[in-house]
Amino acid sequence: MQTDVNELEQLSQKDKERLALTGLDLEMTNRCGSFFQIDQDVVHTSCAAEGIEILPIAVALEKYDWVSDYCWKAVPKDKDKYTEYVAKQEMPQGVVVIAHEGARSETPLQACLFLRQEKVQHVHNIVIAREGSEIHLISGCASSAQKEHGAHLGVTEIYVGKNAKVTSTMIHNWSPGISVFPRSMAIVEEGGIFLSNYVCMQPVKKIQMYPTARLAGKGAVGRFSSIVVGTPGSHLDLGSRAILGAEGTSAELITRAITTGGTIISRGHVLGETDKTRGHIECKGLILKDGIIHAIPEIEGHLTGTELSHEAAVGKIARHEIEYLMSRGLNEEEATATIIRGFLDVKISGLPEVLQKQIDDAIDKAESGF
Amino acid sequence: MLDIRDLSVRVEDREVLHGINLQIGGGETHVLMGPNGSGKSSLLMTIMGFGNYSVTSGSILFKGTDITQMPIHERAELGIGMLFQRPPAIAGLKLGKLLTATSQLGGEAVEALAQSVNMEDFLTRDINVGFSGGEIKRSEVLQLKVQQPEFIMLDEPESGVDLENMALMGREVAHLLEKDVHIIDRHRSGLIITHTGYILDYVDADQGHVMIDGQIRCHGNPREILKVVQEKGYKECLRCKQM
Ligand SMILES: Nc1ncnc2c1ncn2[C@@H]1O[C@H](COP(=O)(O)OP(=O)(O)OP(=O)(O)O)[C@@H](O)[C@H]1O
Ligand SMILES: [Mg+2]
Repeated sequence: MQTDVNELEQLSQKDKERLALTGLDLEMTNRCGSFFQIDQDVVHTSCAAEGIEILPIAVALEKYDWVSDYCWKAVPKDKDKYTEYVAKQEMPQGVVVIAHEGARSETPLQACLFLRQEKVQHVHNIVIAREGSEIHLISGCASSAQKEHGAHLGVTEIYVGKNAKVTSTMIHNWSPGISVFPRSMAIVEEGGIFLSNYVCMQPVKKIQMYPTARLAGKGAVGRFSSIVVGTPGSHLDLGSRAILGAEGTSAELITRAITTGGTIISRGHVLGETDKTRGHIECKGLILKDGIIHAIPEIEGHLTGTELSHEAAVGKIARHEIEYLMSRGLNEEEATATIIRGFLDVKISGLPEVLQKQIDDAIDKAESGF
Repeated sequence: MLDIRDLSVRVEDREVLHGINLQIGGGETHVLMGPNGSGKSSLLMTIMGFGNYSVTSGSILFKGTDITQMPIHERAELGIGMLFQRPPAIAGLKLGKLLTATSQLGGEAVEALAQSVNMEDFLTRDINVGFSGGEIKRSEVLQLKVQQPEFIMLDEPESGVDLENMALMGREVAHLLEKDVHIIDRHRSGLIITHTGYILDYVDADQGHVMIDGQIRCHGNPREILKVVQEKGYKECLRCKQM
């Protein structure tokens, strides 16, 4: 595929650093493929892994006629004004990732969306993991350091085929004036696994999203993990939803939220529609400076054979925990940071080491600011 | 090493220690006994500098420095360390990570120290989360082994510890307090709270004190105090002060 390296190199050092924070690996050492879109221009796509393709959406629609069957199937066009906006675009942008039957890659594919000049960036992404395939995606979204206002509208449809596994790790690194409206939905077939990880630790004006996984096939598994920090002026309305739509499906929704003055609404919804299903929501919030953490976990069972639970806790760091660590020689800031680091430490099973490291790095980076 | 003068302490609007005087010299180990709720742990927490315990009068001198208002971590740096009766459990914080964060020791050295107290499998566990009573004590001793304080306060090191691990605890505490060093060269001091006195089978103590209702009512040979308490109860110690 064509590679417009010049365009990448023209980015300022500062912008490169911001991209690196979201997990974009410009050197491609730990990536098997990548897609890079600045504003509305696709500047780079490539993929080295066998049986896995990463294509701009226009190219994908031309190359395979069946790709259109996946278009707007999971996410309805008329879901809200944002999806309508994306749907009515004449020149749709975004990425299509296709993992053909049985194709597997431990090394992540990266998709990077960078908002530099334009007012509104819109994308329509489709991930198709066919039977028995396994892919790990890391999508980084960031905006230029100079960019003061703007919006990002992203529609993502994920299709996890029979016995396939998709891990999607998203790290956001916007600026205080940016509003972000991702709309995503995954449909998981029999025996499929969908893991979604979300990290947002940098200032942003507004994020509103409620990604949903419909576990449509027997024994399908879904897990959402979110680690978010609400800085002053940020308004994060985040949620995740799992629909247990087939026998033996299970889902877990885990959130760690910290506010240093911003507002975080942490929603969660597990809907048990079928027999022999299990779901759990866990939300823990830490209020470091006066801000708002509003946890709204919802569990909804429709029959006796579904087992659903939730636990939510919001509070501050216990003083005696800080003092305990101080008695071992850490000063107050170090002790506080150590406890926060532990609080955010949600080990995500099934995640390749490079991705876990990426998440850890994002946390370490933010930790120095507490 | 430690010189406490006329110390009164309040917790949550209630005075729990009243006019405590206590001197512990370099190389000495003292034992503190007393009924439940008499204020023993409160005294240790106050020496360590915990915020809940506010000093209303008196002073604490450590190695000649007045530490009464000093922040906790500075006291730790000066050489004060503590084994807690009930340390907090901290989710997400790995024991191993804390040990490397609080010392210059590398992973291997920490691993070796952990092995010495049979805690090598606990380095990757969240600190005190789901630890059994005995495991908590071993974790505390391990932290002290990493810290190597000059003045060591032990709040009931034997409670919840089985017989086999008691020997291990005793051996480690004796080592921390340099009981294997000749008395002339011994610098480290200790203050041990005990109800049972089991620890005295492993660690010789120089002096004993009995705390009752927030006051130290009796000083003497630790073994003799233990014997009196076992035979006649703490009420006998009340007479002691009047003698
Ligand atoms: N943080 C606190 N808040 C309220 N009361 C406290 C606090 N700490 C100690 N106290 C009270 O102070 C008194 C002394 O408690 P302390 O823990 O020092 O007793 P102790 O001698 O160590 O007892 P034990 O042998 O049971 O450990 C008790 O009445 C206790 O309830
Ligand atoms: Mg006590």
